[in-house]
Amino acid sequence: MAKLIDPQHMKSILWLIPCLPLAGAVINGLLGRRLPARLIHFIGCASVFMAFLVSVAGFFTLLGIEEPQQRLLIQSLYQWILTGSFSLEVAFRLDPLSMVLCLVVTGVGFLIHLYSVGYMAGDESQGRYFAYLNLFTFSMLLLVLGDNLLLMFVGWEGVGLCSYLLIGFWFTDLEKAQAGMKAFIVNRVGDFGFFVGLMLLFWTLFEGSNGTMTGLSFQQLREGIPLLGTARPILGVGVATWVALLFFFGATGKSAQIPLYIWLPDAMAGPTPVSAFIHAATMVTAGVYMIVRLNFLYVAAPVAMAVVAVVGGVTAFYAATIALTQNDIKRVLAYSTISQLGYMFLAVGVAAFSTGIFHLVTHAFFKALLFLGAGSVIHAVHSNDMQEMGGLKKYMPHTYLTFMAAYLAISGIPPLSGFMSKDEILWATFNSHLPVAGLGKALWALGLLTAGLTAFYMTRLVVLTFMGSFRGGSEKEKHLHESPSVMTLPLMALAVLSVAGGVIGLPAVTHLPNLLHDFLGPVLSSHGTSGHQAHAYGLEVLLMLISTGVAATGIYLGWLFYVKRPELPAKLAARFASLYQVLNEKYYVDEIYQALFVRPLLKLVALSGRFDLNTIDGAVNLSSRVTVKFAFLIGWEDLKIVDGAVNGLADIFKRWGAALRRLQTGRVQHYLYSVVLGIFLLSVAMIMF
Amino acid sequence: MSYSLPSFLVVSSLLFCLGMYTVLTRRNAIGILMGIELVLNGAGLNFVAFSRFLEPSQTTNLLSGQVFTLFIIAVAAAEVAVALAIVLSLYSRMKTIDVEEFKQLQG
Repeated sequence: MAKLIDPQHMKSILWLIPCLPLAGAVINGLLGRRLPARLIHFIGCASVFMAFLVSVAGFFTLLGIEEPQQRLLIQSLYQWILTGSFSLEVAFRLDPLSMVLCLVVTGVGFLIHLYSVGYMAGDESQGRYFAYLNLFTFSMLLLVLGDNLLLMFVGWEGVGLCSYLLIGFWFTDLEKAQAGMKAFIVNRVGDFGFFVGLMLLFWTLFEGSNGTMTGLSFQQLREGIPLLGTARPILGVGVATWVALLFFFGATGKSAQIPLYIWLPDAMAGPTPVSAFIHAATMVTAGVYMIVRLNFLYVAAPVAMAVVAVVGGVTAFYAATIALTQNDIKRVLAYSTISQLGYMFLAVGVAAFSTGIFHLVTHAFFKALLFLGAGSVIHAVHSNDMQEMGGLKKYMPHTYLTFMAAYLAISGIPPLSGFMSKDEILWATFNSHLPVAGLGKALWALGLLTAGLTAFYMTRLVVLTFMGSFRGGSEKEKHLHESPSVMTLPLMALAVLSVAGGVIGLPAVTHLPNLLHDFLGPVLSSHGTSGHQAHAYGLEVLLMLISTGVAATGIYLGWLFYVKRPELPAKLAARFASLYQVLNEKYYVDEIYQALFVRPLLKLVALSGRFDLNTIDGAVNLSSRVTVKFAFLIGWEDLKIVDGAVNGLADIFKRWGAALRRLQTGRVQHYLYSVVLGIFLLSVAMIMF
Repeated sequence: MSYSLPSFLVVSSLLFCLGMYTVLTRRNAIGILMGIELVLNGAGLNFVAFSRFLEPSQTTNLLSGQVFTLFIIAVAAAEVAVALAIVLSLYSRMKTIDVEEFKQLQG
């Protein structure tokens, strides 16, 4: 491909990608109260759109570089930290991996910004909303583009902050404010692990390298990773494994995996576009991105990889089971997101990094679409409860059609994007070489089962929302309406992407190049297990047929349960009452955490509060009382002795003065008398001596 | 008839003592001024007498004692002028020249 843009030129404008949304955030944040809503919308959307254009330019620049290994642009802005031989720069790194993420963040981000214009219309604080959303885009781009771990961590924390701000956007509602806090605190737990891992990595590298390590940029880390192997193991486990596991713990917080997934369902309290953007398409995939970015580290720690794969697979299945019984449309999608993120971790856990990114991209398309569609529905129905919906097909045809595209994609119907990426994950898992024999096959079975569950609960969601007749009452039915075109246009764009997005990662059996895999190749350490070198076409086709069959079964069961025989779910729920109860209450995990962590913590707080009140305050009060007594003593001493001495002296002089003043009569002749007397006495003295 | 030095000294002492007595006892400011004149004249007489009788030789007699007396008379005249001015201004202010009344400096 011809060079459309000079790489050197592109390199110098990399900073524009994150900074354009930042500028939008600053303008809307500072002036949002005074600007008219139209201008706020324009600034919010245009800043992201321009960042998208720059990203596209970057994409073509990268493609224009003939040699794939050379596809790397780094712009150093300034030196951030410099101590001794160690230096950190604020630098942006555009390579195929960050390029893909940039396009997703700015592209899907722009569509969601556009959608927000319609969704948030009429809200009082739109300036604040768009400022937060732009700030989030900036943080996410910083996370993606940052060229060293610390800069990435800044973005990592930034997206967490924006997530908190946006979940609690309607903070006057206590429940929503609390959901924001919950997300923030649970994320902190994960971030703590991430930071400990960062410090451990930093420490080990700099201790082991004898001064040859001079920074934390990804290139330097990649070269420094072998040093971790020579470091002394901690508690019998290699340092690389520790670091990888700690980073993964951070990822479980940010990307809502077991054990830290509990914040994501509550995060649905935020505005729906926020759920689509932050809690489906971008931020929650930061953990996946981080692992792919540090793939060289994870390849060096096979045990950690296996843990990632197992946690991912189990989370995928576990969250899908919870999604079966939820009635809140956004909560179903939230658990679905957790489940799909589990797939991504499963993929990166079996070293199929590009496949993980593939699913990240397609998921960003169809899950954002699902959320935006749900938002459109909520916009019309003014309720999140699916029991109050139904029959919306005829009122909202555009929403329905686009929603169907996303529904078929996530359910895994070929040849939609979701099928492509999910199938690639299952294929990679099936072929994986995990440390434990048979684990790969077990995870594959689990993934397959999850695919069936996914198809089932999505069918349930679609049927309850769009099919049948409206259950929300005739009063509401009169007000049902299709959303404005500013909302449906992004839906259509995302629908096209959801349907056709799969072409970037075609399976090997088609004998067409897997574009995404080849594009990402230079960034990744391992290509061995992505399924394309196995060339077992027969097996691949067989697995495809199985997974399609499972998806179809799921859809059929969903149709059977909710269309054909609507009495079945209630019967089943009654039959397996305890199981249904457990699922409906989300395995009581929130309650367990409440009992295990929150309540003991509150008890500890109360205890330390009492300790503070009784012991520490007591000690403080005692010392104050002693001080008062002592001060009293000193005061007495000061009053009686010091002041007494001073006053006594003054008193003496006063008496003397009183005596002496009598001499000063003021009469001239008296003075003359004394003069004469003096002369007389002097004369007498002279004569006598 | 010649007078010796002691007779002059007796007269000058009498003058001085009378003047001092006047100064110490008179309540009238003018009277005190008069007493001061007597004291000064007593001292002047002393200078002249010592100049006349104790000069070692006639050739080196430079009459310095008598010149001093002339100065005393001149200064006394000036002093009286100043003092009378003060007395006048005192009178205009206090309507009296009784020194017993002037006791603002009493401690």
